Amino acid sequence: MSDFEAILQAYERSGGNPEFLKSPKVGSLVVSGNQVLGANSIPGLSMTAEQLPDGVKARVVVEPGAIIEQPVHLCFGVIPAEGVQRIISDFQIGMGGAVEFVAHCTFPNAAQVQHIMEGTIHVGPGATMRYRETHYHGEAGGVEVLPRAQVTVDEGGRYYSEFNLSKGRAGEVDFDYTVDVAKDGLAELTAKAMGYADDHIIVRETIRLNGENARGLAKSRIAVRDQARSEVFGTTEGNAPFSRGHVDCVEVVRGQARAHAVPVVSVSDDRAMVTHEAAIGTVGKKELETLMSRGLDEEAAVDVIVRGMLGE
Amino acid sequence: MIDREMMNMQTQSLLQVDDLHVWREGREILRGVDLQVKEGSVHAVLGLNGSGKSTLAYTLVGSTGYTPAQGRIWFDDQDITGFTISERGKRGLTLAWQEPARFEGLSVARYLSLGMREPNVKRIHEALRAVALDPEAYLGRLVDESLSGGERKRVELAAVYAMQPRLAILDEPDSGIDIMSLEDIARLIHRLAEEGTTVLVISHRDEVVTIADTASLICEGRILETGAPGHVCDRYARCCRPCGRVTPVEKEIEYERL
Repeated sequence: MSDFEAILQAYERSGGNPEFLKSPKVGSLVVSGNQVLGANSIPGLSMTAEQLPDGVKARVVVEPGAIIEQPVHLCFGVIPAEGVQRIISDFQIGMGGAVEFVAHCTFPNAAQVQHIMEGTIHVGPGATMRYRETHYHGEAGGVEVLPRAQVTVDEGGRYYSEFNLSKGRAGEVDFDYTVDVAKDGLAELTAKAMGYADDHIIVRETIRLNGENARGLAKSRIAVRDQARSEVFGTTEGNAPFSRGHVDCVEVVRGQARAHAVPVVSVSDDRAMVTHEAAIGTVGKKELETLMSRGLDEEAAVDVIVRGMLGE
Repeated sequence: MIDREMMNMQTQSLLQVDDLHVWREGREILRGVDLQVKEGSVHAVLGLNGSGKSTLAYTLVGSTGYTPAQGRIWFDDQDITGFTISERGKRGLTLAWQEPARFEGLSVARYLSLGMREPNVKRIHEALRAVALDPEAYLGRLVDESLSGGERKRVELAAVYAMQPRLAILDEPDSGIDIMSLEDIARLIHRLAEEGTTVLVISHRDEVVTIADTASLICEGRILETGAPGHVCDRYARCCRPCGRVTPVEKEIEYERL
């Protein structure tokens, strides 16, 4: 089996549709270890990537005013049981452009794999970028994942990001995104993850609302069981007049698992408003009993609630 | 046991409650409830707010924190007093909650299918239409905060209808429903009954009780009278409304606390 076929198979297992990665009409980037197996640019979207000793450096540019109709598919993976993959990425979304990325990061055989994502993202004035990233780390828990991004949203720009890790083991995850939002801009960060055994999940989401009327939401949904641990640090700063932000964290804990949440809200302008809510613990009694009264066992009912929360 | 079975065969009771006492946070809320609900009937329990109606509903369904201090609950000739809520649900005893829970990320279609033995789309469509919701518009909606209170309530009734339970307890089915009229509620209850579901309606509104075949009047945690709905409504209007005497009101937060 070729490297390309192997990564496509892993991509499919993590929920992706390999046909998108083969289509010349769909923008895509396929990276296995430090090998760039495919980089397909389309009108309005340029994808370039170069090999590094331990990964890949990629640059993605959406031209000003370009509306990319179909989602752009990104596939990053490590097929062997051991290895390091470092992805240095630079996304530039030109003024008024619009694009959606669907990324799958898959490490199906991982026993000792480290995946580092160092991203810089610039959403230009009036531009929109949606980024959905789904991870599959296999069943051994031998993955360390470090997604890092520094995002800048210009005036009137919109940035939506969703990180999802709800199948297989999480391993060690340390997610850290910071977004600076300018006037009339918007940022929504959502992180959803499930951990079990001795998984350890850390989510750090920071949104700085620096421009007048900027909006931000830092949302996290984490479920842990067994001896797994989760820590969520959601920060939103209202630094400009009429900026509005919210931190929304829910962590469901079962068994011997431990969860920790630190929602931080700060305001440096007296016309800004930032709110937060955090709920940690077991699932709600009424939700649980409603499903049990329909004949579901407690475990099955909790599973339905948690999977709903994680968006499955 | 033999006496009990013989008695139930004579009365064809699906549900029988004997001398039920339930305490909550140091107060006795149910003070010796006796109740028989005949199989295939629509039975109403009428009482003022705070008379113990919802406590009775939670106790019958087996909610945590509502374990009787005394008394027995029989369902289909089986003593279910010690059964969990799930075990009762599997036997076909369910509750449409007065203020239904919200579920993040759970679609209406999935929610309705969860209680069905053999989920099928046709039944789910039927259930939504039975509560005056357009299936095309609602199947993909989420059972979360995006539904209004009235929509959520109707979805709850649809879920119970889709389940085809043996006993459906409907706690204040008309409260918070914006569009459905009492006639719609009556139609839904009769559809349930026609399909073989025994219905126990709990309400403080005597108009709802007129839908029933039989009614019981509850006051201060006791059933005062069981009989024809008209007769029970008369007594409710003459005695209960002017009196207004109630046990300490069970607030929703107190249910959640346990």
